[in-house]
Amino acid sequence: MFKVLDDNHEFDTQISFDGKDHLVPSNITVAAAALLIGVKSIRETPVTGAKRMPLCMMGVCYECLMKIDGVGNQRSCQTLVRQGMVIERQIGATEVEAEYYEA
Amino acid sequence: MKPSYELLIIGAGPAGMSAACEAARNGVAVCVIDDQPEPGGQIYRNASRATDKQNQVLGKDYQQGKNLVDDFKSYGGEYYANASVWHVDANNQVGVIKAGKNYFISAKNLVIASGAQERAMPIPGWQLPGVMYAGAGQILFKGSGIVPTGELVLAGTGPLLLLLASQYLHAGVKIKAILDTTPKGRIVKSLDKLFSGVQGYEYLIKGASLLRHIKAAKVPYYKHVEGLCAVGVERVEKVSFASATKAGRKVANISLDVDTLLLHQGIIPNTRLARAAQCETTWDAQQSCWIVATNEYGLCRQNTYVVGDAARVMGAVASRIQGRLCGLHVAQSLTKVDSHSWQVWHKDLLKKLRKENAIRPFLDAVYQPADAYLIPQQDDVIVCRCEEVTLSDIQDAVRLGCQGPNQVKSYTRCGMGPCQGTQCSNTLSHIVAKQSNMPMAQVGELRVRSPLSPITLGQIADL
Ligand SMILES: Cc1cc2nc3c(=O)[nH]c(=O)nc-3n(C[C@H](O)[C@H](O)[C@H](O)COP(=O)(O)OP(=O)(O)OC[C@H]3O[C@@H](n4cnc5c(N)ncnc54)[C@H](O)[C@@H]3O)c2cc1C
Ligand code: FES
Repeated sequence: MFKVLDDNHEFDTQISFDGKDHLVPSNITVAAAALLIGVKSIRETPVTGAKRMPLCMMGVCYECLMKIDGVGNQRSCQTLVRQGMVIERQIGATEVEAEYYEA
Repeated sequence: MKPSYELLIIGAGPAGMSAACEAARNGVAVCVIDDQPEPGGQIYRNASRATDKQNQVLGKDYQQGKNLVDDFKSYGGEYYANASVWHVDANNQVGVIKAGKNYFISAKNLVIASGAQERAMPIPGWQLPGVMYAGAGQILFKGSGIVPTGELVLAGTGPLLLLLASQYLHAGVKIKAILDTTPKGRIVKSLDKLFSGVQGYEYLIKGASLLRHIKAAKVPYYKHVEGLCAVGVERVEKVSFASATKAGRKVANISLDVDTLLLHQGIIPNTRLARAAQCETTWDAQQSCWIVATNEYGLCRQNTYVVGDAARVMGAVASRIQGRLCGLHVAQSLTKVDSHSWQVWHKDLLKKLRKENAIRPFLDAVYQPADAYLIPQQDDVIVCRCEEVTLSDIQDAVRLGCQGPNQVKSYTRCGMGPCQGTQCSNTLSHIVAKQSNMPMAQVGELRVRSPLSPITLGQIADL
């Protein structure tokens, strides 16, 4: 449960979160928007399907992976909301698996 | 971005910004890469865009950051925001991804100023929604201007926990309780370190005033907290723990309802970039973390530097000073500073750096995490959150003969998920060290591999 501190904050950015439209302030991250909207989880783990929410908010823990505008494995804590953004929970591993290579 | 620079700096926190300003002032051609939307790093996150309310709550230290950010914004070199470094190697070759596009940069001099990260706190239930790091709470406030409502509990040890509590109180956020996990007798035991820290007395005064503020607000404050558990099914519902009264009597089985639980066990250097660049790390028993071996200018080897909290946790002020020293050293090595100025300036900065660092041994000793929060106390506690590997999975692997963290990783997948071990690597090493009765320095840590963050083959092909 989170709220904006400053009453002057305008809720002027429309985003779609798992198919539902929401108005949120501009210049906040997608992870912050998820907390503000009050969603129960932003992803389910590939191993056991456990529900998760962001942990570090600084880009190191990868707990906040979501599908943003159709692209999976995006760190929602490092991505700012944009007008018309389509955000989906990431269930299990994404279809578009990030490919790794060995250096 | 150009294919090469005289000086490439990774990170626009106090250390990176100061290094950039100092080097550019002396005529070095500099480029700074940072993955945040605005310069400032962790402490001065969003400082140039903060609202009056944010400034008021975050206080003087935060506002001071604005001057540095302003200086940096007109420093005269290049700066790329929202740009993430995914590759570094021993030849100062750096891979950067910005807006889905890849760049390879060759740096004549490389400065890694990537800062610190929160130390993991693997307690039962720490993976549940509703549980976050205290640093995350602060980032949400600084970066996105949002604060928790409902039942809020802060638990752990370290100055940042108290700072956040005080900032929340200033912001009118209600705190249900603070659970302090600092073990009993720590301050008395650390007093011998205070003598050298007398020069850093401002920090002690600051610390005392944070505690006074928390006390005045009458936030229930539980001391010497042990056996901390986050309890819940789909999200955290309760926090349970044991504590001690003023008289030293132990009270077991305390349980509080909670909506948001913020954890903190101090911060540790984020050494991944430094290790990818093959800079040497050593185990620091006092800070309970790996630190990068550098000299006072941050130099690891010729033309490669690691400065600020990325090398060893030193705080924002020391990071600024070391950043300047480093920038000056680069300029001097490129013969852009005459020897007289170098002598005068660098000696002055060194003196300031040593004064600033004087308090560290005391702080490190007081806030060293208790063993029970470094190694999980129950078999089913998750160590690797990405691959959901538990304490007993790791212990079984060691029992079956896995030698060291890298073998345990191949066997259990611990550290193989998207975070690549940033959250579990130290816990894994601690567990292996304890079970095989070896010192941490000998056990070592998980190797780092490029890409340092996930990247698709398509993006690499793009190069
Ligand atoms: C979450 C958190 C909150 C903190 N809050 C406070 C506080 O309120 N007060 C206080 O006194 N101290 C605080 N500290 C400690 C403080 O951050 C440091 O002492 C100080 O900021 C260190 O400065 P630095 O320049 O070394 O690193 P930082 O300020 O951490 O700057 C490092 C920069 O490098 C960037 N970076 C890292 N990796 C990459 C990469 N791969 N690619 C591109 N860019 C990258 C980061 O995004 C960041 O902007 C905090 C630390 C943390 C982790
Ligand atoms: S919350 Fe940790 S990477 Fe986004």
